[in-house]
Amino acid sequence: MSMAVKCVELCKTYRQGDAEIKALDHLSLEIENGGFVCLSSPSGGGKTTLLNTIGGLDKPDSGEVWIAGKRIDQSSKSELAELRLRQIGFVFQAYNLIPVLSAQENVEFVMQLQGVGDAERGEKSQEVLKEVGLVGLENRRPAEMSGGQQQRVAVARAVVSRPALVLADEPTANLDSKAADSLMDLFTELNERHGTTFIIATHDQRVMAHVPRLVKMLDGRIVDDIQQQAN
Amino acid sequence: MKTLAILGKLAWRNLWRNRRRTFIMLAAVAIGIWAMIFMTALTQGMVNEMVKDGVSALPGYVQVHQPDYLDDPNINNLIPTPDSEIAARFGSAGLVQWASRIKVPAVLSSERETRGVTLLGIDPGQEHGMTFIHEDNIDGRFLADAADDGIVIGRNLAKTLDTGVGKRVVIMSQDLANNIADRGFRVIGLFGADMQSYEDTYVFVGKSTLQRLLDVGDRVTEIAVMGDDYRNVGPLVDKVKALTGDNVVVQPWTELDPYLGTMLKVMDGFVLVWVIVIFLALSFGLVNTLVMAVFERVREIGLMLALGMKPMSILGQILIESMLLLLFGMLIGNGLAWLSINPLQAGIDISFVGQGMEMFGASSVLIPQLRLQDVLLANGVVLLLGFLASLSPAWRASRYQPIEAITKVD
Repeated sequence: MSMAVKCVELCKTYRQGDAEIKALDHLSLEIENGGFVCLSSPSGGGKTTLLNTIGGLDKPDSGEVWIAGKRIDQSSKSELAELRLRQIGFVFQAYNLIPVLSAQENVEFVMQLQGVGDAERGEKSQEVLKEVGLVGLENRRPAEMSGGQQQRVAVARAVVSRPALVLADEPTANLDSKAADSLMDLFTELNERHGTTFIIATHDQRVMAHVPRLVKMLDGRIVDDIQQQAN
Repeated sequence: MKTLAILGKLAWRNLWRNRRRTFIMLAAVAIGIWAMIFMTALTQGMVNEMVKDGVSALPGYVQVHQPDYLDDPNINNLIPTPDSEIAARFGSAGLVQWASRIKVPAVLSSERETRGVTLLGIDPGQEHGMTFIHEDNIDGRFLADAADDGIVIGRNLAKTLDTGVGKRVVIMSQDLANNIADRGFRVIGLFGADMQSYEDTYVFVGKSTLQRLLDVGDRVTEIAVMGDDYRNVGPLVDKVKALTGDNVVVQPWTELDPYLGTMLKVMDGFVLVWVIVIFLALSFGLVNTLVMAVFERVREIGLMLALGMKPMSILGQILIESMLLLLFGMLIGNGLAWLSINPLQAGIDISFVGQGMEMFGASSVLIPQLRLQDVLLANGVVLLLGFLASLSPAWRASRYQPIEAITKVD
């Protein structure tokens, strides 16, 4: 099976005063297309740095990052922006949505940047909003929606243009358990239906129990890579 | 095009996110533009009156002389073309107004005093509106025609010479043969003028009367021509040159009255300086507003960059926001300027400072002049400099690292 993501010997060190913090320490990881992986670690374990490096938001000090067979760790800002726009969907922990746009406009935002026509955009956004259970809330602004609804809009935006890869950083951190379960069910459904690769960084036990592959990290290293029966 | 549409939408909505701040900035831009246009209109109105009064106080927009007359204004330096020929050519040329004159230095004596004066032989029918004399400001009467035998002098000169209406004075000048030419005239009128020096310097007699006295036949020393746009006298100069030929000098008013010409240029420069000074005050508010708007949206900008928006699009969004703010402010400011200037077209009475203004040759009624180029200048300066001032915050926003911006803590 071809690889959606391949990381080779990634190193990333941050300085905090005189101290050096190894966020990634010779980390190597492969994730196949259609994979559903959870990165877990205690705070400061390096999962968010790894997620950002895979997403082209951060650059490693050394090592290689390959996305869909293309090396990206030496790409320019502009190439990385294009990669994020065309191939990667992001779901962040918070501040996921653009406050001045409605739910539907937020979902259409990436497609608009991609140059998708009005009719196609409208059709796809309606379809995906229905898929994430937000019919009737299309015209609401983020401030008029609950945290769970906002995360659903962010998920809808992340998957609407059918990216090969969706990266989610602590997507359930601000959600109650019901909303978190519902969001994970949605991820699973989208993964199974569209074959989208999901990589989720979390330390939420409910999320960890939900995925078929759990990668445990500590101090920038992978300490365990578990294939498990998802709940 | 689609990117531009989303940038426009984002810019527009972001503009109204902090309504109070936007309204304050809109008010600042509008008042700034209004002040620029209104003050410029007042200044231009004052300049307009000064120039119009100046050029209609004898010079006209364009004058014609024999070349040597400029250095030596004596009767030997006559315009070669006979006055009747001048009348035939100029009369059929479609000019706004013109007058031919004899203007020579002379000595005016009363029974008690003698003074050097500038003697003007005129045809009153040609001169209406081309001299500083107003019919309602004459004691006695003005010249009836070119053959009138009377003389009109200034009130102040009459006082100096201890003469008056009905009394006799003697004019002494030089004829074509360099002989003394003198003649007694009865004073038929005393004129008043805004400038006391006019009252002291100029005396008026009939043109043909003076031609006979100086023995110059049908000749004159000066032709003055009025036009309809004192700022653009080039075409009028060309037209008059075509009528007169090469053996005379044709000069625009800016050369004849360098003080007034320089004043016009200085005022035009002042308008630009004024517009820029107001803008500089305005720009602090504008830049501050944009910096705050960017600072408040760091995480949002980071999110957009993370989602794949190009840094140039972020730059474009902030610039569009700034331009929208300026354009709306300008629209309101232009409206206010029109609303405040239009009712003042009858003129503003500034007679309480009138005497001071007259020293500069300005009228005691100020009519604001709204010129399209001044409006365009004020708007152009605000738009251009506003764009330049917005570049810095916009550039800063476009340079954010997405991950640093998105994780920024308040």
